[in-house]
Amino acid sequence: MSGILVLTEQSSGAWHPMSFEALAAGIQLGRDLSLPVTACVFGRGVSGLASELAGRNVQAVVALEHEALGQYTADAAVAAIEWLVRDLQPDYVLLPHTYQVRDFAPRLATRFGRVLLSDTTGYTIESGAAVFQRQLFQGKLTADFAFQAPAPNFVSIQAGAFRADALESDAASVSEKAPVLNVSSLRQHPEAPFREAARAVDLSAAERIVAVGRGIQEEGNIPLVQELADAFGAELAASRPICDNGWLPMERQVGSSGQTVAPKLYLSVGISGAIQHLVGMKGSRCVVAINKDPEAPIFEIADYGIVGDLFDVVPALTEAVKKARS
Amino acid sequence: MKILVALKQVPARDSLLRIDASGRWLDESDLSFEINEPDAYALEAALQLKEQHGGEVVVLSAGPERAVSAIREALAKGADRAIHVEQENLGEFDTLSLAKLLAAAASSEKADLILTGLQSDDLGSGQTGVIMAELLGLPHATIIMAVEASGQGVRVKRELEAGWFQHVSMPLPAVLTIQSGINKLRYATLMGIKKAKTKEVRKLTAAELGVQPESSVSLLRIYQPKRVKQTQMLAGAPAEQAAQLVEKLKFEARVI
Repeated sequence: MSGILVLTEQSSGAWHPMSFEALAAGIQLGRDLSLPVTACVFGRGVSGLASELAGRNVQAVVALEHEALGQYTADAAVAAIEWLVRDLQPDYVLLPHTYQVRDFAPRLATRFGRVLLSDTTGYTIESGAAVFQRQLFQGKLTADFAFQAPAPNFVSIQAGAFRADALESDAASVSEKAPVLNVSSLRQHPEAPFREAARAVDLSAAERIVAVGRGIQEEGNIPLVQELADAFGAELAASRPICDNGWLPMERQVGSSGQTVAPKLYLSVGISGAIQHLVGMKGSRCVVAINKDPEAPIFEIADYGIVGDLFDVVPALTEAVKKARS
Repeated sequence: MKILVALKQVPARDSLLRIDASGRWLDESDLSFEINEPDAYALEAALQLKEQHGGEVVVLSAGPERAVSAIREALAKGADRAIHVEQENLGEFDTLSLAKLLAAAASSEKADLILTGLQSDDLGSGQTGVIMAELLGLPHATIIMAVEASGQGVRVKRELEAGWFQHVSMPLPAVLTIQSGINKLRYATLMGIKKAKTKEVRKLTAAELGVQPESSVSLLRIYQPKRVKQTQMLAGAPAEQAAQLVEKLKFEARVI
């Protein structure tokens, strides 16, 4: 075939929501390049999920079934999808840029002597071909990339880059395929996923969040931001480095490895805005950023920005908020 | 246990980034450079494994001449020796051919474990370690929070999304990509810095390794990101900025 293959992601029968963003990207690219779209779900016992995909505006659906795909391993995923790509011969393979895709997709592309364009945020069409955008330097710059190699080419799609398409259509045909796998060659032995501790703080329920990042410099300065949060009646949250250092508990971390939040007010202090943080908070209604670097990517998604030294701005703001709310 | 750590020198965090005349890379003239942060955590993980199990830590870095300062820093922290794939035109190598360079340099070392950071702070492809594993025919795991090595195998703690983790075991040799923040980075001691000067840094070139630059993807141009939102920037002294913000939050955004 020529066309676009979109690989979705599920675990234990539950969709990864980014699957539908990758699917939306695939459908849009298919329209722009006049290519048919095939959606694939892989795993064990995925025929039910495959029939859900059939109503989602694609031309065909593949349920890629194998005993060895029941619990994810990189070796099994690479082998099964390699088999499918050789079978279907698509022009493009699109994947959601999830942690699981980061684990197997570079290896998959290498099997074909290709480079995965990872974590893309969009594409434009130049002279009839797709040019993909990626962020460089933690979001400070954007770059345009083009494929120079023949099909298949591999692209992963950043969280939030495409809106999951709710458009329903007539059911596409579903085919079940069983990849040929050499089960004895699979080397990773996974155990059951676990959580470190029950979460005492549910940041997703907070109406206002004040979040602190690297700019706070040391643990002894955290109370400065806590006072601001108290003045707003907000929950205190943090970017990853703060929690890695143990300055705030892990359960207060916002971002891809922490909680996803969408409060009415998200006020960030000393957070530059790496994508891993932004994916956890960009659904917030009103975003305020305080940062000393005017080029910090957080300002790209902020409604209000203050460029300045947080050690001057935060105490002044705490006073002003206290006055306004008293 | 022999551990190879692949590390990259990248522009320092908080650098002011200026696009060069080609429009395809940075003007490096007044940039300062440092070890890519996730790679620094990979190095620390390797040094801790050596402390537990004995053996050797070998640093592998591809970069222009300036990368030698990152290599010396790693040696000063306790790595035993280094391989520097010294090449000025690395921009012509795509992710795959760059990984081929590193894999070619790594293959003769026959390390038990290859560690690298999960991604670089500059290009951020997050793929080099995984591609090396494929090229070397080794098993791999990514986004690793903890490593327990025992005899013929390794058991690692992988980070999944949204606060979930998972243990995965695999045979050695293997390639692991290390998450930032999993350990506490050590500083180089004065003694370490002194010793580093006498440690072996083997230089290799792409030609010696028999690897050609390839570009199955090419970078066309780089530019400032387009703003998604119209941000209102609030100017003035801190007290004025604070007063303006409270005003906006109260009457415009209506969130307080």
